[in-house]
Amino acid sequence: MLQSYEVLETFRMIEKEKLDIRTITMGISLRDCCHGNGEIARKKMYDKITRYAKDLVQVGEQIEREYGIPIINKRISVTPISMIAESSEDEDYVAFARTLDEAAKEVGVNFIGGFSALVHKGFTNGDHRLLKAIPEALFVTERVCSSVNVATTKAGINMDAVAQLGEIIKKTAELTADSDGLGCAKLVVFANVPEDNPFMAGAFHGIGEPECVINVGISGPGTVKAALETVRGESFDVLAETVKKTAFKITRVGQLVAREASRRLNVPFGIIDLSLAPTPAVGDSVARIIEEMGIASCGAPGTTAALALLNDAVKKGGTMASSHVGGLSGAFIPISEDEGMIEAIQTGSLNIEKLEAMSCVCSVGLDMIAVPGDTPAETLAAIIADEAAIGMINNKTTAVRIIPVPNKIVGDWVEFGGLLGSSPILSVSKFSSVDFIKRGGRIPAPIHSLRN
Amino acid sequence: MKAIITVIGQDRTGIIARVSTVLAEADANILDISQTILQEYFTMMMLVDLADIKLSLDELRDSLTLEGESLGVSIKIQHEDIFKSMHRI
Repeated sequence: MLQSYEVLETFRMIEKEKLDIRTITMGISLRDCCHGNGEIARKKMYDKITRYAKDLVQVGEQIEREYGIPIINKRISVTPISMIAESSEDEDYVAFARTLDEAAKEVGVNFIGGFSALVHKGFTNGDHRLLKAIPEALFVTERVCSSVNVATTKAGINMDAVAQLGEIIKKTAELTADSDGLGCAKLVVFANVPEDNPFMAGAFHGIGEPECVINVGISGPGTVKAALETVRGESFDVLAETVKKTAFKITRVGQLVAREASRRLNVPFGIIDLSLAPTPAVGDSVARIIEEMGIASCGAPGTTAALALLNDAVKKGGTMASSHVGGLSGAFIPISEDEGMIEAIQTGSLNIEKLEAMSCVCSVGLDMIAVPGDTPAETLAAIIADEAAIGMINNKTTAVRIIPVPNKIVGDWVEFGGLLGSSPILSVSKFSSVDFIKRGGRIPAPIHSLRN
Repeated sequence: MKAIITVIGQDRTGIIARVSTVLAEADANILDISQTILQEYFTMMMLVDLADIKLSLDELRDSLTLEGESLGVSIKIQHEDIFKSMHRI
């Protein structure tokens, strides 16, 4: 029989500490939807997505009610569209994005990821067309998310793609200027992208994935923070143990939800992504965990070490609790989605350079960074190159989701709304990277990529 | 299925009686019950068997929520597996 303190602990985690399942993401392969005629390909895509995912939202809500655990998002990821669209004779891929948007609306999911291309070593014709379509695709659709992988440890960095993405981000921001460049919040540039990540905006259904799969992203920064409050002043050994135990408990819930969703939808379970994903709500912040460890304000010296401990302990605890772990798995450090990070920017303890250092030891990179609208495309590209280099050399995923907010300058405020939150505009280096970016070509893969 | 019902709120007379009545009317069988007062808050947990209930789980949840509102306490019903998965290996 369960003990009352155990029941109360779970109850408290959900009710007070905002423990939730962040997303149930259904991955759907669209590889059999290719067709020489784009219209037929899109019809096949729409039919397949709406057929496979028709019960996704309903089953998610059912599990939420039965187990009393909030499941915030139900989402879909699909095969990178460049691979599907390139069999067609279409030149313009925006129509493919519209189809994804319509399918997402039909089944009631709030985001669909996979308007994507993997170009870490070079472009196919389809990749070129997809990249060209990204700004308009993000402008005319509401729920479509886009991602581009520009580097891997094995292949090096495609600097032509990096340079293009600087321009693409600028253009996306300009097209969506009415909503403060919101389109850029739905575009992630990756190095070493995972193919089973359930979190948006970077989710897509990788080419080695099965026909259809259920991946679950957990969360729970509030729960970890609350657990650390009970060990104030204790050593790092105790700190790491406490994070591990909490991560274990959180992940067990994720595993239960994933198993149930998989059974009820009759779709195989893929992975649990053990990420601490913050939300703008007070008490759901990764920055506050770092501060709980003894850092006065996130970004102060010690922050990188604190984040490294957190990220590693989350993985160690979570891995034991799930049969399959994948995706990004670690701590997320978005700015606009984390109330503690926002405050740290405002107080001046945190800046883009410190965030870059933090991205060396956590699961993602520069995430949801609002910068001045007049930031040059080459500077954005150079920021991407820096993050890609960190990922490439350290054998880890890094990502950049940066928003050059039109007509805003440092000190202004931008409101994205909902889970995307709000943010002050961060300052970016004024020194030029133009000559570096215009070189073009590829940065070779590092020596340690030659492991065979 | 078995579920755990958690009742938390200001202590007053008749909480157990009224929650039990709702459960009895739905043919939900109480398997275990424990109750304590934590910092003046009434905290009760019940393990119930819902194998033979007459209502759907959603309907039972609605009637418990309604009863909770009239008692001024919060009543939640959750599948026991969420607690077991977290605390039992």
